[in-house]
Amino acid sequence: MSSRDLVLGRVRRALADTGRDDTPYEQAMSRAYLRRHGDRTVEETVDLLAENLADYRAVVHRSDAEHLPAVLARLLTARGAHRVAVPQGLPAGWLSDVEQVPDRAESTPYELDRVDSVVTGCAVAIAETGTIVLDGSPDQGRRRITLVPDHHICVVRVPGQVVSSVPEALERLDPARPLTWISGPSATSDIELDRVEGVHGPRTLEVVLVSEE
Amino acid sequence: MSGTFVGMPSFPEAAHAAVGNKTLRGNLRHATHTIRAKRAKAVAEVSDWAQLREAGRQIKDHTLRHLDRYLVQLEDAVTAAGGTVHWAADADEANRIVTGLVKATGESEVVKVKSMATQEIGLNEALEAEGIRAYETDLAELIVQLGKDRPSHILVPAIHRNRGEIRDIFRSEMGEWGRPAPDGLTDTPAELAEAARLHLREKFLRAKVGISGANFMVAETGTLVVVESEGNGRMCLTLPETLISVVGIEKIVPTWRDLEVFLQTLPRSSTAERMNPYTSMWTGTTDAGTADGPRAFHLVLLDNGRTDTLADQVGRQALRCIRCSACLNVCPVYERAGGHAYGSVYPGPIGAILSPQLRGTESEIDASLPYASSLCGACYEVCPVAIDIPEVLVHLRERVVEGGTVTRAGNKVVLKPAKGHAAERAAMRAARWVFGHPGALRSGQRLASRSRRFLPRTLPGPGRAWSASRDLPAVPAEPFRDWWQRTHGGQEAR
Repeated sequence: MSSRDLVLGRVRRALADTGRDDTPYEQAMSRAYLRRHGDRTVEETVDLLAENLADYRAVVHRSDAEHLPAVLARLLTARGAHRVAVPQGLPAGWLSDVEQVPDRAESTPYELDRVDSVVTGCAVAIAETGTIVLDGSPDQGRRRITLVPDHHICVVRVPGQVVSSVPEALERLDPARPLTWISGPSATSDIELDRVEGVHGPRTLEVVLVSEE
Repeated sequence: MSGTFVGMPSFPEAAHAAVGNKTLRGNLRHATHTIRAKRAKAVAEVSDWAQLREAGRQIKDHTLRHLDRYLVQLEDAVTAAGGTVHWAADADEANRIVTGLVKATGESEVVKVKSMATQEIGLNEALEAEGIRAYETDLAELIVQLGKDRPSHILVPAIHRNRGEIRDIFRSEMGEWGRPAPDGLTDTPAELAEAARLHLREKFLRAKVGISGANFMVAETGTLVVVESEGNGRMCLTLPETLISVVGIEKIVPTWRDLEVFLQTLPRSSTAERMNPYTSMWTGTTDAGTADGPRAFHLVLLDNGRTDTLADQVGRQALRCIRCSACLNVCPVYERAGGHAYGSVYPGPIGAILSPQLRGTESEIDASLPYASSLCGACYEVCPVAIDIPEVLVHLRERVVEGGTVTRAGNKVVLKPAKGHAAERAAMRAARWVFGHPGALRSGQRLASRSRRFLPRTLPGPGRAWSASRDLPAVPAEPFRDWWQRTHGGQEAR
């Protein structure tokens, strides 16, 4: 007998006492919890996102489409970044005057390790938890480009890409894509259960909230 | 389970040694009290905590009740997405599968994400025996591995170490494993984290094989979820060419939507955060065009005692556990005895009900674990999936004392009553007889009252150990029932 049959057989025997229940799944579940916590205006939701991002040590900036390239240039200069990783679909015009390292399938982790910063968009941002989610779309690129460099600048279009809560975010996401949920820079609680920022992922996370007209 | 814990002394023996260690008690007290207050605050932020907890309980119970169906659905979804699914009935089989997969890549080292399942099966030792070096990359796991130590907490395996001890371990051991600790390393947590970053980076960049567990597996989509903080998980899940995930069969949730419950309750319960820094979700492998992450993905579904636990109608609720470790942090027994005394990778209240079910109650340590509790119930209060740990503890105590039918490795076996509890059983039998004979009870009580001045202050024989640290209850001058009859329930005294 294969181990698959062995384990499945054990499961079925273990459940012999339970009897059949054919209630459709969603009817069987009580989802009495909230879809979002509190009612907020669109502006308030964006403010909450900024507040919660900052609470977990992300650096938050605000801008609009017109001034975004200048903001990005200023942040990269302040960081002293010379080589910047960019996803293939980063909107033209966001970056200028820096050496851009395109996200390619062939590039090795060692090459990425020599990059100073990375600039991406995002798929969705969650106000209640201060989370940005990347889904590998063309303006976000492969997961590793936002992982190996020590400085990540993520551009969030507000309010279009902002949702209030975790349930609202999951609704917008496609599970078939590789997803990375990011809440602040890399951190650890492993020394005396106290949070310290900065371990293996980018130690500096800057989020630019760009208002859409 | 893990070979690391073979031959552990019983809990009282191990705990006795642990409570004498002042540094350990100080470290544990500091860490558990810090996280306790923070968790309470994080939970209070969400007004619907009770509803989230109830939904979590229902989702897990439903999944367990239909586990065979969801396992097959998950297998189909993972396979359709380009992954390969393996089934392991026990630890040895899981270790053989993983070792074989690593060998097939031709590699002799792997990087690991912190994973309870691989600790449970002793995977690192099994790989080592085949000449494969496994590098733990979670900071606390690294501290344990470098210190040749054992884990003592589910979330923070090095919780028993303070910053000074961690600095000493880094200074003396890092060089053995790769890049040594920087000169002049101090004990500030930020510097220690930096030392770990430098030490592990070269390993991440050259790694060809990653090994992980998973917090959740979504049956309908075949998606796996790893929740972490440091980014070591992301490194292991995305940079290597081959990814092997070893996951207990109970980690399934039926639908994508179910994650909305656990992604709210798990971070708040474990690290007391609104959301942990990083969560990775992946479904099989990506196509050549996307080429994001490992080209080969293997999922090893692990039983290793879980189906035996599932067969127990009271004990099966332990399989709802999402390994948040909130129950450890609030437990007065854990806080004083520390994690090592539990003799398992699963310490604390959840360990006290999980280990004796996964491993059986035959060994000394496993038979003693259901007693490693004062039954105060704090663990049940904080559990985000409402596992009634005290209920299961009492149930397992009964099994140890009385014996009975249990399932081991899929087969029904009858356990004999445990030897050590003969006196307890005799006392209970005597009590049963006395309470069934009111005349004898009355005579006995009157005799005790009249001779109360001559009664000893400690119990004789096997009862001495019990009364050595406790006062015996005072015997009243008159039995209650005599007083009740004499005064008509106290009415005449009014």
